[in-house]
Formats: sequence, C-alpha cells, structure tokens
Amino acid sequence: MEEIATRTMSPPRFARLRFLWHALMTATEGPLPYLLWMLVLTLVALVGLHAWARQASQGLILTHMTNQVLWGLYIANFTFLVGIAAGAVMMIIPAHLCGDREMRRVAIIGELMAIAAIAMCLLFVVVDLGRPDRLWHLIPFLGRLNWPQSILAWDVIVLGVYLLLNAALVWHQLFSHSLGRRPWAAWHRPAIWISIGWAIAIHTVTAFILCGLVSRPFWNTALMAPRFLASAFVSGPALLIITLLLLRRWTRAPVGEAPTQTLLSILRVTVILNLLFIGCEIFTVFHTGGSHSEGARFLYFGLESDSSLVPWIWFALALDTVAALMLLHPRSRRLTGWLAGACLLATVGIWIEKGLGLIVPGFIPSPLHEVVHYTPSALEWQITAGVWALGLLIFSAGLRVAIPTLCRDVGAGEKTP
Amino acid sequence: MSDLTRRLLLKAIGGALGLAAVAKALAPLRADGEETTVEGFLRKSYRDLSPEEIQSLIVHLEEMTRRVHGVDVTIRDAPPIPGVEFGFALNLSVCTGCRACVAACHRENNHDRPSAESYIRVLEMTQGSLDLAHSTTTYDHPVPAPGKFYMPVQCMQCRNPPCVRACPVGATWQQADGITVTDYNWCIGCRYCEVACPYHARRFNWTTPEIPAAEINPDQALLANTLRPRGVDEKCHFCLHRVRDGRLPACLEACPTGARVFGDLRDPNSEICRVLAERRTFALREEAGTAPRFFYFFED
Repeated sequence: MEEIATRTMSPPRFARLRFLWHALMTATEGPLPYLLWMLVLTLVALVGLHAWARQASQGLILTHMTNQVLWGLYIANFTFLVGIAAGAVMMIIPAHLCGDREMRRVAIIGELMAIAAIAMCLLFVVVDLGRPDRLWHLIPFLGRLNWPQSILAWDVIVLGVYLLLNAALVWHQLFSHSLGRRPWAAWHRPAIWISIGWAIAIHTVTAFILCGLVSRPFWNTALMAPRFLASAFVSGPALLIITLLLLRRWTRAPVGEAPTQTLLSILRVTVILNLLFIGCEIFTVFHTGGSHSEGARFLYFGLESDSSLVPWIWFALALDTVAALMLLHPRSRRLTGWLAGACLLATVGIWIEKGLGLIVPGFIPSPLHEVVHYTPSALEWQITAGVWALGLLIFSAGLRVAIPTLCRDVGAGEKTP
Repeated sequence: MSDLTRRLLLKAIGGALGLAAVAKALAPLRADGEETTVEGFLRKSYRDLSPEEIQSLIVHLEEMTRRVHGVDVTIRDAPPIPGVEFGFALNLSVCTGCRACVAACHRENNHDRPSAESYIRVLEMTQGSLDLAHSTTTYDHPVPAPGKFYMPVQCMQCRNPPCVRACPVGATWQQADGITVTDYNWCIGCRYCEVACPYHARRFNWTTPEIPAAEINPDQALLANTLRPRGVDEKCHFCLHRVRDGRLPACLEACPTGARVFGDLRDPNSEICRVLAERRTFALREEAGTAPRFFYFFED
C-alpha cells in the first residue's frame, strides 16, 4: 500500500525541470576522453550540417543520385539504422519477457540505442528530401498524410511513435530514479510490451516500402521483412555487445558479464538465420533467372560493365560468414577481443549488404533497363558522417546521464563512476 | 570563483561557440537562389485550395516568373472536362525513333535545358524481342537503324497508378479525365512515386530548372507546365493545358510520321477508339496490373 502511495504521489514542483537541468549538466561534463570524444563528434556533425546546408540551397544535384538511381547512401543508412533501432529490442525481450534481472539492469542502454538510431533514421529521411522545408506536410492532420494508401505514410507513423515511445520509457525511468522511486509499473510494463511489438513493426513496414513495388523486381520478395528482422537481430545485438564491452572497459558502469553472454546466445542463432535467408534469396533469384534476376546479377556479378558493387557484396558475405564462425566458436564466450571483433565484422557486413547492397540493385537496371552507375559523392559521405556523429552524440550523452542511475539501482557496494 | 561558477561559465562559452559554429555551418542556406516566403511555406495542397486561393496562387506564380525571368506568362487553372477520358496510342510500325516528340515535350513543358529533360524516352528495340533488356535509350546514330524498331515511353496515365499510392503526402493523384497530376507546391521530394513507377515515367528536379527567358513557353496551366521549383517530382500530364483546351499534345503535333493517336476514350467516334477497335493493340507491362491508358500497335 505504501509503495502505491509513493508512486501515485505527484513529484515536487519543478522536479522535471530540475532533472532536465541536471541531465544537461551531467552530459556536458566528464573525464577528458569523454569530452574529447564529444568534441570530435560535434565537429563531424558540423561538417555534415554545412554539407547539408549546401545541398539544401542547391538541390540534390550535389549528390550522385540520378533519375535512374533515385535513392543512394542516405536511404541505405536509413534501412540499416531502422534495423539497429529494432535490434535493440533484443535487450528488452530477455529483460522484460524472460525475467532476466541482469539484463533488466542495463536494458535502458538498448532503449537509448533505439532512440539514437531512430533519430538518425529520421535525419537520413530529411537529408534525402528534395524539399526539407515541406517536411510538415507529413505531419498527420497538419499536413496531408496519405494514410493508409502510402506505405511511406505508415513508416512515418511507426517510426515517429517508436521514437516517442522509447523517449517516454527512458525519460520515465531516469526521472523516477532522480526522485528515488521505481518506475511506475502500471505505465511502464504495458509501454515496454508495446515497444517490443513496435520494434517488429518498424522493420516490417520499412521492408514493405521496398518489397511492395511492382517496378522493382529485386526487392519484390516476401522474404524482405523476415530478412530485415534477421539481419536487425544480428547488427542490433552486435552493436549492443560492443557498447557493453566498451562501457566495461572504459567506465565504471556496473555492466556484468551476463547480459553480454545472453546477447551472444541470441547472436549465435540470428547470424545463422541471416545467412540462411541470404542463401534462399540467392537460390531463388538465380535458379529462376530471367529479367527478374538482373538486379541480383548486377549486385553479385556485375551488369553491362558496371560491377561497382561486386567486391562490396562478396566482402560483406565474407564478413557475415567469418563473423558467424567466430561467434559460434567457444572462444567468443571467453575472449573479449575475439567477441568484439566478431561483432564488428557482423555489423560492417550487414551495413554493406543491407545498405548500398540492398538499395542500389533496386535501381540497376532501371525499369527501362538502363544501367546508370552510382557512387556516392563526397558531399553524401559528409552528410552521412554528420548524421552518424549526431546519433553517436545523442547515444553518448544518453549513456552519460543514464549510467549513474544504473549504479544506484544495483544498490550499495557497487562502484560508482 | 567557485568551481561550479567556473564550470558553468566554461559551458556557457562552449555553448555560445557551438551555436556560432552552427550558424556558420548553415550559412549556405542564405545564398539560396530560390526565394522562400512565409506564404509559400504555409501554402496548402492544391486539392485544399478554394477558387480564390487558386487565383491568388496563379497571380503569385505569374509575378514570380516575371520577377525572376522577366517573362510574361499566362497561367490558367485547367480542371478536367466532365465526361471525358483521355487515351493515347502509338503506331510502332511507323515510329522512326527521330525523337522529335522528346524535343517537343522538352520545349512545351519548360524542362531544364542543361539536362535536356523530357517526359518521353525513346527505346531502341532489337527486332525479334520485346524484352527491354535488349533495348537502349542512349542510341546516337542515324535512324531508323537496320534491325531495330523504336518505342517511345512516357506516362501511361494508369487506371491503377502505383505512383499515386506511393506518395506519402497525396501530392500526386488521378483526375476525372484519367490524367495523373502532380502538385509542385506540395511535393516533398522523397521520390517514392518515381521509385514505384514501372515505366520510369516520372522525373525529379535535382536542381532549379534552367531555361533561357526567350525559350520559356508562356502558355501554362497549374499542375502542368508552370516553371517547377527545385526538389519536386513531375511527369507527363498529356499536355493537359492543351488537351483540356481542345488542342492536341505537343508530342503528337511534332511527330513527323503520324505515329501518335490521341483522343477521348468515351467518344466512340474518336480516332483513339477507332484504333483500339480496329488495330491489334497492347499495353506495356500489362502484367504489372497498372491498366494503362496508353497503347501500342503494329500496322497490320
């Protein structure tokens, strides 16, 4: 009874403002390496911002996209990052559905990663727009969202809600901690469950954007959404493991061994699943043959003297395979460096095969079978680096604020940062 | 000075420097060639405009063309004529691949000059095959070449248009006479419509279209050939500013071999209906389920 009373009691006046101020102060100070890291990220973000300002004032002509290759590096990163956002749920599921207490202690790291990833997704959509000034046309009721006809409209909704949901979850946990209370279960529990379902939804809808088009046979496969999820559940947990290992190495965050091991167990299944799906795709497309397989032929073997993606995709497949073998090897349980290396390989492999390796072959050849070469311009790389830097800034600042609360949750006897 | 004050001061300085850097980084936005006004920013979709607002939009666009290009143009609002449904047919037996239609479209619709943009692409097909994999759009030799035939491709004005379904903001839609139009003042430039089109019929404005003042076609209509801003998508509209005015599309008038047939699908006496009744016509990519209003045929 006493507990319920404290939970429903309204917080003291200005507590939220005070907490926000405290978070701002915490995020802007720290040990020298942290400050240097944040400074470097800020500088890269500024370079990206400047590049975007040039693009916005002169048009997407500054990219190397064309009427044939309509989407490039931006949307490639977008699809990859939707996967990261969805993959972060692999901390939430063990923590809240399987009752893994060790995982629950650090699950907020997954939510923070989801927030940063979705923020990057939205930024990659914005920098891809020809008219960023008309972004408000996408806002329901204010603009003219073409829902439910347009799958892109669905994606706007699911991504937006996922961002708000995770932001609310993180805010509620951190704010409760600042008041010395536990999260209010009646709100927190259902929100967690919804966010798990929603993570599946964001990646499924994003796959539907691509696979539901009669104009793009390369994407026109029912395996798209399952493949998206499988690869997301590789890259997401892999990046989370890297984050946890880094936190253990460089901070005094109370990150135990157990969450990493749980994530590794998940990875051992999903890397195999991802490779299996790639194999299914390759068999179907090449055994069937015909003009529907031309995008895949361009990707894996080159088409009409354009073989720009061939080395990349084979490199990615090699990375995926080596990462799978390394993760399945018993050493991955014991050796931190081995595990981190395997996770890095898996992440880079998926960034390629689910980034440019997925987007560009949808456009080459074009529906009229034109083969127009695409390599991102320097400006596209600058903007992309800028968005990543901003995302890492958000993630780092979030971790900086959240980690002390993890410690308090653990109770007395633990190290504090 | 206490430690707290010192830190706050340092942070304030850092924050100010950061803001100054952001402002500096965004400087190129001020050098934008296209003007942005509050009115333009807040403008509603064409479909939500009242007749008075349409008039004020026309006045605004005419004034802007005068100010920016020094050219007087006449812009009309050309709504569809009730009871009419337009269709197109193209005789592949007589098309020589001369691309006169491409050039006429380029001029008529005020396309960007440097990129030589046009709503029409002509495919040089290899005899014995309708597979587009054996075609090219970049042929550069005297036509007609032996062993080749030619297939101009433009918007099919589908009855079931994938581009309309794709658009997240409803900036492209099908009007009552079957013409799918684009609202250049509402499109956000995501290019999903163009990605969705199985005919590659749509075009994106990668930068502000450049046209010498003397070459601007002053005969304009909304949703048709007004000067487009940078960053929006567009497509063939069957020259709606002409055909809803009883004239023929520019590509048809330019065709030296008379390969093109245009008319009202609901008028049984129209030439298009005669062709559809008498010739063995087919639609491109019919299996895509798009139900085109654009047909091809070979002479019997």
